[in-house]
Amino acid sequence: MAGQITLKSHRFRTEREQSWRELEFILKAIEGRGMKSLSDEQIVALPRLYRSTLSSLSVARATSLDQGVITYLESLSARAYYILYGSQVSLGKRITSFFLRDWPMAAKSLWKETAISTALTLLAAVLAFILVKNNPDWFYTFMPDSMAQGRTPAASTETLRDTLYHDGDESGLGMFASYLFSHNSKVAMFAFALGFAFCIPTAILLLYNGFILGSFIAIFSEKSLGFEVGGWLIIHGATEIFAIILAGAAGMHIGKAVAFPGELTRTESASKAGGTASLLMAGVIIMLFFAGLLEGFGRQLITNDLLRYGIGLGTLTMWLLYFYGPRRVEGEQ
Amino acid sequence: MAGVISQRAVDQRRLITPEGIDLQVQLSDIGARIGAYVIDQIIIYVVLVAAFFIIIFGGIAAGPEVVITIFILVNFFLRNFYYMFFEMGPKAATPGKRISKIRVASRTQARLSANAVFARNALREIEINLPLSFLAMSGDSVDGWIALLGLLWSGIFLFFPLFNKDRLRAGDLIAGTWVVRAPKPILANDLASEKADLDSTYSFTPEQVEAYGVHELHVLENVIRANEQQTVMDVADRIRNKIKWNKGMSEVDLDFLKAYYAALRGRLETRLLFGVRRKDKFDKT
Repeated sequence: MAGQITLKSHRFRTEREQSWRELEFILKAIEGRGMKSLSDEQIVALPRLYRSTLSSLSVARATSLDQGVITYLESLSARAYYILYGSQVSLGKRITSFFLRDWPMAAKSLWKETAISTALTLLAAVLAFILVKNNPDWFYTFMPDSMAQGRTPAASTETLRDTLYHDGDESGLGMFASYLFSHNSKVAMFAFALGFAFCIPTAILLLYNGFILGSFIAIFSEKSLGFEVGGWLIIHGATEIFAIILAGAAGMHIGKAVAFPGELTRTESASKAGGTASLLMAGVIIMLFFAGLLEGFGRQLITNDLLRYGIGLGTLTMWLLYFYGPRRVEGEQ
Repeated sequence: MAGVISQRAVDQRRLITPEGIDLQVQLSDIGARIGAYVIDQIIIYVVLVAAFFIIIFGGIAAGPEVVITIFILVNFFLRNFYYMFFEMGPKAATPGKRISKIRVASRTQARLSANAVFARNALREIEINLPLSFLAMSGDSVDGWIALLGLLWSGIFLFFPLFNKDRLRAGDLIAGTWVVRAPKPILANDLASEKADLDSTYSFTPEQVEAYGVHELHVLENVIRANEQQTVMDVADRIRNKIKWNKGMSEVDLDFLKAYYAALRGRLETRLLFGVRRKDKFDKT
């Protein structure tokens, strides 16, 4: 009995080894230089080699006790599996479908959450507006000093008017814009990420955002600069505040899925919601990039109130049409 | 040994391919993931510092404003898109993960989509930066308490992977991903093929090759591959005692183990073909 003849499992291995090595070689080429580096023969061979390796794995598990072969085949098959089934379509295609379909559809499907987070922001803004109007001291409760930058109820009408048209000297605009962009993206990321904790922190963040907005408008309207501050806010706010509202909506969508998973398990429900929400979130970052540009350059260079309103309302209409306007369903094409 | 559950079994998860074969992926352990994270952070900071100097030296002519603008943008994109860029690639792993031999994969049979990668990395912000920001808060009496409570609350996210069986970060949970081991496939040489020249010296009786099961065979394989002198000697003595083998005059321990390994494997594989898998030496089938 004692091994005079070669083991069957050893013969199996020597016979199949060549095709395993071939697959390994092709995988290495794909991981290093991409699918395009393969020759036609290699592309034809890939699925055949993959299936034969999988069948080798099954055979080895059933008949061989050589651990080396089994671990090798497991990691080789897994690697091939991830390349064949695990990765995605080309980046170019992804980007086109993101802008044409995925992003606006995600925004549209979360309209309920968007409505709620808009309502929260407006509610807080109106509340803060009334409070500050009646008693300007409330302003200091809502507004951190760093954000007010001298725009307090104590400031004179002239100072306030001045901040609307000349904040920051014009040479620093690009810097200011890029700073705003990275700051706002962080706020939006938080609004999104915190939704995970059953929506509550996201709701608080949105309320807080609304409070700042409302008290801000209040101190300007106190000095009868209401119309002017509207223009100052809307030129970038139409994009920026909308983006933060959408980020909040994305966060709430996840929070809702975690809190009320329905028929799915909590984890399944969370990852299902996460797909749509993160699509929307990627779009939010793009919106904030535009908002940063508008805020940094547009607001500083365009000082005509009507033009500011025009640009602001124009971008708002554009976003609304893009997200909620009628579009062709895929099947109709 | 029979009751011990190996780490491999704990980490193992089902991954059924469309062809219907369970690939049995192994989850990454926490240590490898922390290691990967630290390496990635070091890379990010080194690049940032390098970018800082390059922008400063290259941007003197353009004036300070352009320099700071570019730096803020580089900082933002590097911090936020470093992970996304690499995890969307064919290896689905950042350089740190590649060094730790792990990768990101979808928990289901679905592809690892760009959205999933985006989602799992967007949540990094609350998992790491939120606890850090509470930690950095100044500690007056009231603020101190708030900071402490905040730290505890945000700590839930930071330590999330330690408290679920699939070691998911909050980001993994949302994105439907997990982190698995992706070892380089290395085909170790077949120990059974090395015994050819030993055949004449060693021949075992059927009773002698009946002594052990699959578990012992695998332990023996590991011992031979590791080839540590003391262990090889001990194990060889153990086996000789068990099967009542008389040590020859010029018998080398390692050769004996290799020959016995081949014989045992031959015997167990033959029985495997007849549908009997003898788990270990206590298995009487």
